[in-house]
Amino acid sequence: MNWRAVQAIYLFEMARTWRTLLQSIVSPVVSTSLYFVVFGAAIGSRITEVDGVSYGTFIVPGLVMLSVLTQSIANASFGIYFPKFVGTIYELLSAPVSYFEIVLGYVGAAATKSIILGLIILATAALFVPLHIMHPWWMLTFLVLTAVTFSLFGFIIGIWADGFEKLQMIPMLVVTPLTFLGGSFYSVNMLPSGWRTITLLNPVVYLISGFRWSFYEIADVSVGLSLGMTLGFLAVCMVMVWWIFRTGYRLKN
Amino acid sequence: MLSMSPIISVANLSKTYGSGFKALNGINLDIRRGEIFALLGPNGAGKTTLISIICGIANLSEGRVTVDGHDINKDYRAARSLIGLVPQELHTDAFESVWATVSFSRGLFGKPKNPAHIEKVLKDLSLWDKKDSKIVTLSGGMKRRVMIAKALSHEPQILFLDEPTAGVDVELRKGMWEVVRTLQASGVTIILTTHYIEEAEEMADRIGVINKGEIILVEDKAGLMQKLGKKHLKLYLQSKVEAIPEALAAYNLELSEDGRAVTYNYDTKGDRTGITSLLSDLRNAGIRISDLDTTQSSLEDIFVSLVRAP
Repeated sequence: MNWRAVQAIYLFEMARTWRTLLQSIVSPVVSTSLYFVVFGAAIGSRITEVDGVSYGTFIVPGLVMLSVLTQSIANASFGIYFPKFVGTIYELLSAPVSYFEIVLGYVGAAATKSIILGLIILATAALFVPLHIMHPWWMLTFLVLTAVTFSLFGFIIGIWADGFEKLQMIPMLVVTPLTFLGGSFYSVNMLPSGWRTITLLNPVVYLISGFRWSFYEIADVSVGLSLGMTLGFLAVCMVMVWWIFRTGYRLKN
Repeated sequence: MLSMSPIISVANLSKTYGSGFKALNGINLDIRRGEIFALLGPNGAGKTTLISIICGIANLSEGRVTVDGHDINKDYRAARSLIGLVPQELHTDAFESVWATVSFSRGLFGKPKNPAHIEKVLKDLSLWDKKDSKIVTLSGGMKRRVMIAKALSHEPQILFLDEPTAGVDVELRKGMWEVVRTLQASGVTIILTTHYIEEAEEMADRIGVINKGEIILVEDKAGLMQKLGKKHLKLYLQSKVEAIPEALAAYNLELSEDGRAVTYNYDTKGDRTGITSLLSDLRNAGIRISDLDTTQSSLEDIFVSLVRAP
């Protein structure tokens, strides 16, 4: 293992985070606060409670996941797309580093950043609503698993994208709708049965459900299924990354 | 003996792109330890493709490449850790400081931190006073030197310089040549491609010419100049001549436009240059000479005649 290379990539990516602190941390916190104001205070005052939890409190795990998902993808996809775009990728390809080390550096940094962000949002949420986390270790497990999985997914998008438009396309057209429809703001049980079945095809449902369970022990699907689906998606992403490096797809000609 | 074995060995290397374009065709090339090897070739000849394959940026289609005995695919870590690469295009991060980007390269190649070495590299390349500047604020020539500094940050045994002095002013170019010579003196093998033939002529120990994906010649520089070198003898005449006399037709002389000079082309390789008989034949024809000079073909002439040849 070339640990020094992993460290170099990781620190390089983290340095980028601190350099773009406003964009990296402040803007997601501001937008999450806005969700609280709109959904929690304004609309939430009309909804008394969901599954025995006040609406404002109910949406906290979903909001954290929303940010963690989108930020993981954004961080990791940009992290690897940018060297491709400006050409500095040559150095990565000519360095004595394995694919695993490259992924560890980039995905590790992207996931770290979104975990920090998730915790900041959680702290912000605590200012608006009373929070009690019943299973903090499970909460962290789901947070880390989701951050890693979607950073891997973002890494794949970053390699696949050959323009800024494509870089934005998947997060905007696929991930955001799936997250909104994945039960961030409502319980899947609130839907009519037909819609409920369709919703269960959405992988994000399982992430949010599991994450919410770790807070309040309320869930749309069983926690084991949530964990299994998350690990399954992680495995799919890992296989895709393995294939990308094995074939040199969009990296080497 | 190990030191006699080539540091880079390329055998039957071919590269076909997905589009079907064959960029390299059966390349065989050995680079000797410690030499400066210049790879010359017109645009699109395959220079950069060859370098990219050796350095791990492009996949090869056929053949085998070893670096100090390490196969570039099977044993890529050992092979790549010996190589520093300065690509042709100016690929740099924009918002990093010079110090940070050069230190990053060292880490990427798995070397422990060594600020003293980075400092030396930056000073050698006259970048020390810019170490805290963001790269985006640097001029093109400075960015080029930052890329060289990155390549040298991990103390490579082999340095690839793909068009190192493109877009660099004359003074800076000479400075870069100094750096390259110092590196060679410290035992580093250097492979450079260049547009400036004078650069190859000035720097290289050996020269390879690549055209249309094939190596058409590899030769010691001096040997190449001698082997292919044509000399030109220019004779300045005391009085104007309208035409070259029939008796001198065999020499294929070229008469200058003003009729006051003739040029005789001869091969230094030939047993007989024909100069003595030319001079006596000229005297017999009543043509008197006021002055003469000889010039040798530059590498550029040799190069042009090689790649233009059908």
